[in-house]
Amino acid sequence: MLVRDTSGGYGIVSRLFHWLMAIAIIAMFVLGVWMVGLDYYSPYYNSAPDIHRSVGMLLLFALIVRWLWRAVNVKPSDAELSPVEKTAARAVHWGFYLLLLALLVSGYLISTAGGEPISVFGWFNVPSIFQMRGLESRAGYVHKILAYGVIALAAVHTLAALKHHYVDKTAILKRMWSGPPNS
Amino acid sequence: MKSRIAALAASMSVALLTSLPATAADYVIDTKNAHASITFRIKHLGFSWLTGRFNKFSGNFTFDEKNPDASKVKVEIDTASVDTNHAERDKHLRAADLLATDEFPTATFESTSVKAEGSDKAKITGNLTLHGVTKEITIDAERIGGGKDPWGGYRDGFVGTTELTLADFGIKRDLGPAAKTVELELNIEGIRQ
Repeated sequence: MLVRDTSGGYGIVSRLFHWLMAIAIIAMFVLGVWMVGLDYYSPYYNSAPDIHRSVGMLLLFALIVRWLWRAVNVKPSDAELSPVEKTAARAVHWGFYLLLLALLVSGYLISTAGGEPISVFGWFNVPSIFQMRGLESRAGYVHKILAYGVIALAAVHTLAALKHHYVDKTAILKRMWSGPPNS
Repeated sequence: MKSRIAALAASMSVALLTSLPATAADYVIDTKNAHASITFRIKHLGFSWLTGRFNKFSGNFTFDEKNPDASKVKVEIDTASVDTNHAERDKHLRAADLLATDEFPTATFESTSVKAEGSDKAKITGNLTLHGVTKEITIDAERIGGGKDPWGGYRDGFVGTTELTLADFGIKRDLGPAAKTVELELNIEGIRQ
């Protein structure tokens, strides 16, 4: 099993990043939409946002480490794609990094705008860096829009992957699941 | 020419006469140097008082010590300036299911009548517009003091309290049986103009 990426496909680290973050991001979207509608007397009124904040901070660290990992690895070949598809794929991938970064930072700002830290599952605190009166409401507005944006982009990404797999019959989806051939 | 001077003199004397009995002075509430505050408290689960404040508001009043019933007061509150010392709660208070500050950015109170009770107390009745709903409320007011300030001005100060039922103003969010009403306290010091 290859750890690093090769021109033939993704190593185990990149694949774990991809699938674990994909699961976490979709779960966070569902959790977020659900928790903002909770009744004040719901038993989850406090715990659901606690989990959402904690996972969000872990995702922010994961996103940064993932980007660094990508930067120090060989980029798997996209020779099977048409020029248009290459451009589209690049735009979607960079779109994910930018949207997710903005989404995670805006979420962080909602909770820390008043100076309070975020406790990550009680393991450690992420301190508030920037405080501004009223920032929490503006960050909340941005956070909601970006969350829908990320999910829309994920839908485009999924449809493209399915198209490459079923219509074009390329190994694009397979190599994100099973990794590069040992060679 | 003569008649014009006479007319001018007459109009001046009329202006002078009409202004004489009304000695009620105009005051601007000293929000600039924050000698005024609007605070509220609401019961949390029935276990404790949760306090908060509106940081931005402005207003003015007229006040005549000899004829307090002629007093008037008007206050405008920036609802988005709500502050409970907890950013996430403040965000929720501004949201659509509570104060809906995007839709209703201003709350106003304008008095319609003042009834003095004793030397330093009064009942101030007026219209409060909050969350887009205008409703008559009564504020129990008390004069704290007044007089010359050390910087060449003249000030008068009051405290007023009232209790609001959230549902009366169309705020339907259920915060529990002990949190149907909220108590408001207005501390206002006015600088005579």
